[in-house]
Amino acid sequence: MQDMNDIFEIGGERLNSRLFTGTGKYGDDAMIPDVCAASGSEVITVALRRVDFQAATGNVTDHIPKTMRLLPNTSGARTADEAVRIARLARAMGCGNWIKIEVIADNNHLLPDGYATINATETLAAEGFVVLPYVNADLYVARDLVSAGAAAVMPLGAPIGTNRGLQTKEMIRILIEEIDLPIIVDAGLGRPSHACEAMEMGADAVLVNTAIATAADPVTMGRAFGEAVLAGRRGFLAGPGAQRLRADASSPLTGFLEG
Amino acid sequence: MRVIINGKPEEVAMGVTLLELIETRQLHPSRVVAELNREIVPGDRFANTILSEGDRLELLQFVGGG
Repeated sequence: MQDMNDIFEIGGERLNSRLFTGTGKYGDDAMIPDVCAASGSEVITVALRRVDFQAATGNVTDHIPKTMRLLPNTSGARTADEAVRIARLARAMGCGNWIKIEVIADNNHLLPDGYATINATETLAAEGFVVLPYVNADLYVARDLVSAGAAAVMPLGAPIGTNRGLQTKEMIRILIEEIDLPIIVDAGLGRPSHACEAMEMGADAVLVNTAIATAADPVTMGRAFGEAVLAGRRGFLAGPGAQRLRADASSPLTGFLEG
Repeated sequence: MRVIINGKPEEVAMGVTLLELIETRQLHPSRVVAELNREIVPGDRFANTILSEGDRLELLQFVGGG
């Protein structure tokens, strides 16, 4: 779902959709294929956890269409070393070399540790990973991620799972302006309008999990996000007109009827 | 003999291979990743990796996440 000449490339791979989705929080993982189809998403996140031998649960990968590019995350990592360990294990699963770095040591707000993320990015990029780091919308952190070899920068719109939208809008705007890597807004986008707004601003893509997975109808919400991302992207490419403080008539101010 | 699997002490047969252990636990070998004493074991070495007393084994899989 994209205009043919509007190419989006990450790690040497061309993507048709600028919406990344997740696999967390679904009431029923069997919905995932329909969400993928409805949303047009081609990239989907997963997490890595110890096998629980007591719980006879299905495997999430059974529900992920083979055409999707897997983006494992390093959730659960509290340090750079833990993120590196999880990334290497994820790659050993044989599903490619993309990794979303997530280093979180704060359990109240789930905010990412920028310094640890930079360190992990440097190590993993040198090992040939396509590294997509999840960070606060911070210009200095983003610049260090560029130097560290990141393939994109993923600033949060609002804390994970809050559905509160682009609370960090002004900082994301600065990243879009200053950072010469794809900017993928990740976390906090709760409504299709939030995703649309991020894309209109010039974000390269968005990652949405909670807002789709916890909607009353995840498939329809997936479709709505897909459409919103496309609309926002087109709005950005079309070059929005200037904003003004005062009214400026759209209809001619001459040739009125006279009584 | 006793090995630690995912942080828990467990009894397994002497000379059991990683592949046998994974299969007796109803897991699909291509759906798990293994770390033995902090070293990743590639899937093509599951069959000839023999567990020893006191080994620390981690078996992980992909789960839903964002």
